[in-house]
Amino acid sequence: MSKFVQVTTTVNGENVSRSVEPRTNLVDFVRYDLELTGSHVGCEHGVCGACTIRLNGEIVRGCLVLAAQADGGVVETIEGLSESGKISDLQDSFLTRNAGQCGSCTPGMLLTADSLLEENKAPTRTEIREYISGNYCRCTGFEAIVDAIEMTSKKRRGGS
Amino acid sequence: MKPSNFDYVKPKTLEETLTLLGDGGRDSVVLAGGQSLMPTLNMRLSAPDLLVDINGLDELSGVKLEGNQIRIGALTRHVEVENSSVIAENCPLIALAMPHIAHPAIRNRGTFGGSIALADPAAELPACICALGAKIEIVGPGGDRKIVAKDFFKDLYETDLKDGEIVTAVEIPVTSSKTKIAFDELSRRHGDYAMAGLAVNAIMEGKKIENISICFFAISATPVLAEGAAGILNNGILDDDSLGKAIQQLESDLDPLPDLYASRALKMHYAKELLKRNLESWMS
Repeated sequence: MSKFVQVTTTVNGENVSRSVEPRTNLVDFVRYDLELTGSHVGCEHGVCGACTIRLNGEIVRGCLVLAAQADGGVVETIEGLSESGKISDLQDSFLTRNAGQCGSCTPGMLLTADSLLEENKAPTRTEIREYISGNYCRCTGFEAIVDAIEMTSKKRRGGS
Repeated sequence: MKPSNFDYVKPKTLEETLTLLGDGGRDSVVLAGGQSLMPTLNMRLSAPDLLVDINGLDELSGVKLEGNQIRIGALTRHVEVENSSVIAENCPLIALAMPHIAHPAIRNRGTFGGSIALADPAAELPACICALGAKIEIVGPGGDRKIVAKDFFKDLYETDLKDGEIVTAVEIPVTSSKTKIAFDELSRRHGDYAMAGLAVNAIMEGKKIENISICFFAISATPVLAEGAAGILNNGILDDDSLGKAIQQLESDLDPLPDLYASRALKMHYAKELLKRNLESWMS
């Protein structure tokens, strides 16, 4: 059996094709093979959420999916979401509420928050906390993060 | 950490999958949702030489209502079960348990069959399907077979699955209009592994319990049906007296396995408290 597998996928709208070791996970693939280092690596066992990536429209743990499994799929990272402007209001809220702090968890938080707001236009603070409970902020700035997500949801609904 | 090297293959048919898994010369492992397998690979707790990725087997995916049974394909993602109207209407116990399984990003990948086949003692679904009297469908080199859920879970991460076999689906009887259910777990943080959990499935006629299954998880190495406690409650009126006796009976029904976070006595306390809280809520 070949030591490498071919991965052909769309990453942030661009077609990419690379030969990778089967053991390469999706977050290492985007970071090292594609040099998209916005997705962070924390615990490497699915607990911290720093490596959150969108695969086929759904957020996943980048450390718990193999790059090989993205073959034929659609991958979106924080770079793609940032450049598209899709989450610019969410990013503004994070800045306004000082929800970034050290920034290590921020890309994962933004992707998770974006996914929440797609599913639920008006989440309560409890629902926000539940949804982001799989993303660790070790600066423990959760209050500001919840504020920022709530603020974005209110603005999107036409409030202030 | 990074996993050891392995080969990767993604078969297109179940037949091809069984052939790959049946190759006794290779240390192969099935990759379904990967949400438990990948951490063990990343931490090098396991180092198989071949990963057989079954994510291409579409026939193993989906929730179907078939007569008075619900059939959940092994490859059905947790998120699909969570959002399924068939499950919400016909199997509310499973619907109630789903949000407790890890976090959204993990529920997007993790599979129903994977949770059953892994048999993590703290997992919600093995306990639910034991309480529901579900059957597990298995395919392997020796053909197809079905096994009642409570006989499937043998020990810590050990199941009745033989070499080369895989779980293909779970069949769950649909609820009746007299069904009463409860699901609850104690964990330090939402989505964390349970320190103790409870799944209850009962048939009730007013305050009278006709038949009850009480299954605990994260207490012992496998899901545990508290059969003595169920026996006390069966065919009787649920009141403070019968519930008190059933709770006391847990001392004999359960043999808690202490872990890093809880002693045997604390686990027993959690189990009793879970049963008390949940069945008391049925009385009010």
